Amino acid sequence: MEFDLIDEIIDGYKCDQSKLVQIFLDVQIKTRWLSPETLKHISDRLNLPLSQLYHVASFYKAFHLEPRGRNVLAVCVGTACHVRGAQRILDKASEIIGTPPDSTTADEKFSLDTVNCLGCCALGPVVVMNGETHGKVQVSQVEELLRNCK
Amino acid sequence: MSEVTLKINGEEVKVEEGTSLIEVARKAKANVPSLCYNRKLSPFGACRLCMVEVIKDGKSRLVASCVYPAEEGIEVQTESERVVSFRKGLLELMLAAAPDVKVIQNYAKRYGVEQPRFTIEKQNICVLCGLCVRYCAEIKQAHAIGFQSRGTNRKVVFLPQIALKICPDCKECLSVCPTKQLPEIYREQVELLLENNAGDSASS
Amino acid sequence: MLPVKSALELEQLRDSIIAGRDPAKPSIALCSGSGCHAYGSEKVAAAFEEEIQRRGLAGKVDFRRTGCHGLCEKGPVVIIYPNDICYVQVAVGDVPEILAETIENGRAVERLLYVDPVTQERIVSEKDIPFYKYQNRLIFGNNPKISPKHIEDYIALGGYSALSKVLTQMTPEQVLDEVDRANVRGRGGAGFPAGKKWRTCREAPGDIKYVAVNCDEGDPGAYMDRSLMEGNPHEILEGLIIGAYTIGAHEGFIYIRAEYPLAVDNLRVALRQAEEYGFLGEDILGSGFNFKVVVHRGAGAFVSGESSALMTSIEGKAGEPRPKYVRTSVVGIWDRPTCLNNVETWANIPVIINEGAEWYRSLGTKGSSGTKIFSLVGKVNNTGLVEVPMGMTLRDIVFKIGGGIPNGKKFKAVQTGGPSGGCIPEDQLDVPVDFDELTKLGSMMGSGGMIVMDEDTCMVDMARYFLEFLSDESCGKCIPCRVGIGVMLQILNNICEGKGKPGDIEILEDVAKVVKEGSLCALGTTAANPVLTTLRYFRSEYEEHINNQRCPAGVCKSLIRYHIKPEACRACLLCLENCSMMAISGWLRRVHIIDQEKCNKCGTCLEICPPLYNAVEKIWFKELPEPVAAGTKVPRLREGVR
Repeated sequence: MEFDLIDEIIDGYKCDQSKLVQIFLDVQIKTRWLSPETLKHISDRLNLPLSQLYHVASFYKAFHLEPRGRNVLAVCVGTACHVRGAQRILDKASEIIGTPPDSTTADEKFSLDTVNCLGCCALGPVVVMNGETHGKVQVSQVEELLRNCK
Repeated sequence: MSEVTLKINGEEVKVEEGTSLIEVARKAKANVPSLCYNRKLSPFGACRLCMVEVIKDGKSRLVASCVYPAEEGIEVQTESERVVSFRKGLLELMLAAAPDVKVIQNYAKRYGVEQPRFTIEKQNICVLCGLCVRYCAEIKQAHAIGFQSRGTNRKVVFLPQIALKICPDCKECLSVCPTKQLPEIYREQVELLLENNAGDSASS
Repeated sequence: MLPVKSALELEQLRDSIIAGRDPAKPSIALCSGSGCHAYGSEKVAAAFEEEIQRRGLAGKVDFRRTGCHGLCEKGPVVIIYPNDICYVQVAVGDVPEILAETIENGRAVERLLYVDPVTQERIVSEKDIPFYKYQNRLIFGNNPKISPKHIEDYIALGGYSALSKVLTQMTPEQVLDEVDRANVRGRGGAGFPAGKKWRTCREAPGDIKYVAVNCDEGDPGAYMDRSLMEGNPHEILEGLIIGAYTIGAHEGFIYIRAEYPLAVDNLRVALRQAEEYGFLGEDILGSGFNFKVVVHRGAGAFVSGESSALMTSIEGKAGEPRPKYVRTSVVGIWDRPTCLNNVETWANIPVIINEGAEWYRSLGTKGSSGTKIFSLVGKVNNTGLVEVPMGMTLRDIVFKIGGGIPNGKKFKAVQTGGPSGGCIPEDQLDVPVDFDELTKLGSMMGSGGMIVMDEDTCMVDMARYFLEFLSDESCGKCIPCRVGIGVMLQILNNICEGKGKPGDIEILEDVAKVVKEGSLCALGTTAANPVLTTLRYFRSEYEEHINNQRCPAGVCKSLIRYHIKPEACRACLLCLENCSMMAISGWLRRVHIIDQEKCNKCGTCLEICPPLYNAVEKIWFKELPEPVAAGTKVPRLREGVR
């Protein structure tokens, strides 16, 4: 089943242990998060201790050990956005979505992420709603942004 | 390996090149404090208590003696004013983070640190010295305990997938813990799980 | 004739590319960098392509999507060559007019030109816009002329001639001397001389050596590496291959943030093309030199930008710094000598080889030669990427290039060096920017983030912000960094909430010292800089917070209140309906009142209150007025006000 996809990725890297981070990145594009079963499987295939996999997966911000929401709102809290009021955007989003920053709602509808700079500082404050970047966002626009999500 | 000559606390010593300064200090009967060092395990450089002053080419700096290799002609001070002042500051942090840990209390006493001037909301008795993690990986090669997360969320975790099977018959890591906190972590993460599992299977 | 097998063949290829191009043929360059992309340049590009077809202009005009041009504030930016006409804030609807007027009739579209905010004059050419006029875009300047997905564009501009010169006319020792004499210092942060690093690596024992590119641009507010990698990847590659030849490496790594997907894509295309053209792989340009490159995507960890942590990460482990006191140029990736430089540093190498060390040194200051790219962001009119010779003053950068502070506000500070840097106040603005001068001010060059702050920025909050970032990004391994940053952050949080105590400043200074002296890596040893510089230059703001529970900039949430002026409220219900805390009471024709107990100070009411009424105020400098009784009627309408 889904391990086929994972095996394909691992084989693509020739089972190279040093490609662990790259494998995680590619697997997560397919599976959205790294489940315990996935980690166990990769650990077996690469012949790496499971504890090392957990260390790596929990160390990098890009990896998720919990299921992710169907919709993802990422609020940039980089310095340029911070001085232009990103915190207020984040507070508002957190309040509407009903989950603290960097977490997912229980119904897995939303994940609210913070990111430390998206590299479009001229547009701050910036948010990314399901992959689409919005610049110069105002607090009063947040609700509108979240409205049409399933 | 060639021998090098260096000075430690004013005394000249000859040691093998590359020996860690903490070992050199031990040889010279200088007691350098440390929480994360164990000569049987790979050096870790995390607690920073073992920092000493090294004077090299006329420049002085603080280095972690557990990872700094002995070099020809350097001068090492293990209790200089700079070292002591740093350790005092560090112990104030440690004491605030883990006020009830005996070994920290003792070191604090040795350096005259009493009540820290601040309290820490998020206390953690485990100082993350990593002795248990290294012991399990390097000596036992079991990898049943490891680090997870980073920053202030960093912690040691027994991986249930491995720990439930092998830890009950080993538990050797519990005695290497300098803060004596590991038995409690073990109880929480492994023993309770085992008891629950046993309870579940008994009732079904 | 591919791959190119000699220096001569490269020149022939270059000639044939140039000969195939008509210099008089109009060429449209649309910025598709990250900033312009977010402004919708993708749609503008589609419109151009469609409209060019529709008008039968295909073949009569070239169209290019390029990397970042720099003036992100006014994106999407379009430049039309050879007349050098620059259009700003171009929308899909402008495309037909640009093609009809400029391409078909050779006239500029007035309304799309940049307007000088001071003289109100419209400026045709990019080079006359003040933002560009004072720059020297040595490294970044080719971005508008290059499609990053077409290696021919880079070759046409002289690309890979430095590599060909190095491989056919210079010994590694000669290259090393040139780089050494150019005195190019590492653009990634610490400013370590690249030549010295290269030499250490070259002379380190071992047969297998590596070169590596650090594109883990983690400093929030900095995006020059991203824009270089997205816009001109071959410039970086060329530098890297030259470095590999010099050091004796046959394998290179490029560590790049996964958060930069476009940069990853463009880099991969560039690598493929470079291989196809014979600049990578076996027997490069017939010289017998072999070199290959591996791309490693980072996964979101600021600390992995530290050199030893980056190498641990490339080995597939958690990117924590190594505790050992040995340089990565001697013991690096898999314990082999590894020469790691930042993106911008590598990009400087081809220029140095082409123009010579003496010429290069004529730019900049005595201790810091060449140019530096900064990302000028925050509260400044012209946000964007700027490249200036080292030694320009901060004042010139912020005011001449950046065009000063928006909305008539007062300048307060500029933050350089990212989270490890510091905040520099107004009275130090005339300091020339180079590695040493910034360090003297208690800040640092860092990778080149420059965040401008106006009078509405609270400096205690800024320090708090950076420490929060660092406590999140610390790997947590060593105690001074993990616990020390946590303690400082806790104290700063208290101060910002009005719960600061006398003595807090002294504790901050003491803990800062422990963190600085004792931390394992550069993240920790520099972590206190934001606190120490704000204390050095803005101590009174700390004291205001602690002694009077007042935030002079009106930022710290716990120390501000929102209030509706009863005499100005028109009872329009707007704020009331938009308050998510339901903290506002009132109804039609009755004054709206904020319940301070319920208010979470999000500021929506202030933002949404129509400017005509301007009834909501933020209060931090005086006592909150006594609330009016519920149900108070709004005053009668004045003449002329609806």
